[in-house]
Amino acid sequence: MAETNGHNTNPPASTPGGNGSGQGNGKGGGVVTKVLANAKAVQARATEEFKETIKAPEKTDLWKSVLRVKHDETPRSRALGVLSNVFLHLHPAKINRDAVAYNYTWGMGGMTFYVYITLVFTGTLLMFYYHPSKIVAFRDILYLESDVPFGKLLRNMHRWGAHLMVIMVELHMFRVFLTGSYKKPREFNWVVGVLLLVLTLLLSFTGYLLPDDQLGFWAVTVGTNMARATPLLGHMGPFGPQLGMTPFNDVRFGLLGGSIVDSNALLRAYIWHCVAIPIIASAFMVVHFWRVRKDGGISGPAPVVLESEIKDVKKV
Amino acid sequence: MDLHQLWTIVSTPDNVPIVLLLFVVPFYTWYGLRQAFANDRLIAQLEGDPAMAKTHHRKVQPYKAGWAKEVHVWPYLLRIEFLAAIIVTVILMVWSITLNAPLEEPSNPTLTMNPSKAPWYFLGLQEMLVYFDPWMAGVVMPSLIIIGLMVIPYIDSNPLGNGYYTYKQRKFSILTFIFGFIVLWVSMIVIGTLIRGPGWMWFWPGTTWDHNRLIFEVNRDLPDIFGITGRIAKIIFGAVVVGMYLVAAGILIHKLITKTAFNRKIYARMSVLQYVVMQTFLIIMLSLPVKILARQLFRIKYVWVTPWFNI
Repeated sequence: MAETNGHNTNPPASTPGGNGSGQGNGKGGGVVTKVLANAKAVQARATEEFKETIKAPEKTDLWKSVLRVKHDETPRSRALGVLSNVFLHLHPAKINRDAVAYNYTWGMGGMTFYVYITLVFTGTLLMFYYHPSKIVAFRDILYLESDVPFGKLLRNMHRWGAHLMVIMVELHMFRVFLTGSYKKPREFNWVVGVLLLVLTLLLSFTGYLLPDDQLGFWAVTVGTNMARATPLLGHMGPFGPQLGMTPFNDVRFGLLGGSIVDSNALLRAYIWHCVAIPIIASAFMVVHFWRVRKDGGISGPAPVVLESEIKDVKKV
Repeated sequence: MDLHQLWTIVSTPDNVPIVLLLFVVPFYTWYGLRQAFANDRLIAQLEGDPAMAKTHHRKVQPYKAGWAKEVHVWPYLLRIEFLAAIIVTVILMVWSITLNAPLEEPSNPTLTMNPSKAPWYFLGLQEMLVYFDPWMAGVVMPSLIIIGLMVIPYIDSNPLGNGYYTYKQRKFSILTFIFGFIVLWVSMIVIGTLIRGPGWMWFWPGTTWDHNRLIFEVNRDLPDIFGITGRIAKIIFGAVVVGMYLVAAGILIHKLITKTAFNRKIYARMSVLQYVVMQTFLIIMLSLPVKILARQLFRIKYVWVTPWFNI
């Protein structure tokens, strides 16, 4: 703005001099002083504006456009800070004062989600260095561990993060049970939670095969061998052979893309692990968090109810 | 005492989560039950003093008349979440710097690992393979665990204990869940990880994993113990025994859920469908420890032998 203003005021004064910059000496000297004086004015103006910006950055258009609402110590602004932010708006503006203490929730649900984000982040970076092919998969891991900057740390974080997530999900479920949080009106969210537990285990299990080492190979072999014993659908399960199941058309074949754990199984594990299950799990997570809000936020700590206060059920 | 073997098992990178479980599961059980007992004392106090129950804020948390019921999420919750995120990151970083993820030899279908174990969170299921055939331990049981967990909210007709820790008001459900989670899930994982060695044989912690060890144990089918030889006779005998178990377990569970006056009150609130579903899942859940005992005490392999499946 300051610059534009400077230009607007300048031309009338400087045009005569500007036209003949190499003409008369006296005239030229006058023009230079004028230009310098103008420049100085512009500089002073810019400094002042800069100082103002530093002093109160929240008054600039840029700041306002990003944050949209005023942030100060008023309750209204604290509430707006949460409500007008896409990442925070799943939180209510205010919660039960006892619910912020660690001892009720153990923080397991939130930390599980945080670890999931960490896993998506490290997993995406790992995908840059990994080919889901029987020929190079194992060598990619060796390369990752020895040559890629921080490759080893990346893989370790992904591995331990996955284990941590399984432990946290189980503890989250344990806490939700102990506090009876699955009871009305949160019954269905418990069901979604069980599905998320299953998806977490499947995510971890499909990732186990990817390094293509003995550990993963035999773990997945043992795991998928269960599938051939599926009743009706597996070639070694009850009534499977009677229904025409063979190693080449049963449910295990469908999981592995073959009758043994080989390159097709590696590719399938990779796609389930990196694309399909994360998308499905994310969708269920969205539902899970949304329903926590819609069912009235986290369940407690609620005031205790006495046995004498139980209301009779309505008989249909 | 082979401390080196013990250290090898405990320090195997993928076993570290189980060692962690050994600490966090008891800790959080204690942590939750401690709050449950505190609430139970408050409940007993309020039940004994109706006048107090009318005015009390009904929580064990500190309370003053003037305090607001709610606090702002920003900053009171978000700062905790931020702190938790930092702490989890630090733990994960330190863990990842100090301990390397396992990487063994390239996969080799011709070289079987002994013991070859599933990932640790499935070791409870793998441990079940000792007692049940794969179709039961690997397919039916996991499916029933998942469905059984899902139906919990719909079969629990006890309206108490919604949103606070309590033991006294939910004795049956809490004990059942702890039995399922800690005894049947976590401890089976611990056994599968720390105790099962080569050939899936039982090695107490501290004993050497002897790859040449042989165990001479003769597991017999129940019909053989009773001297039943005919194929059809075996099928009928097995069906009768399993049927007897179902009835006995059903009666036992019924006795448990109608034991106290409070239990009967909750039982009276159940619909027939709720009762049947609950009985079904509890009877199946109970069959696991029953089969474990039958195997360990009487060396029984199968109870019901048929040409198509064995239980």
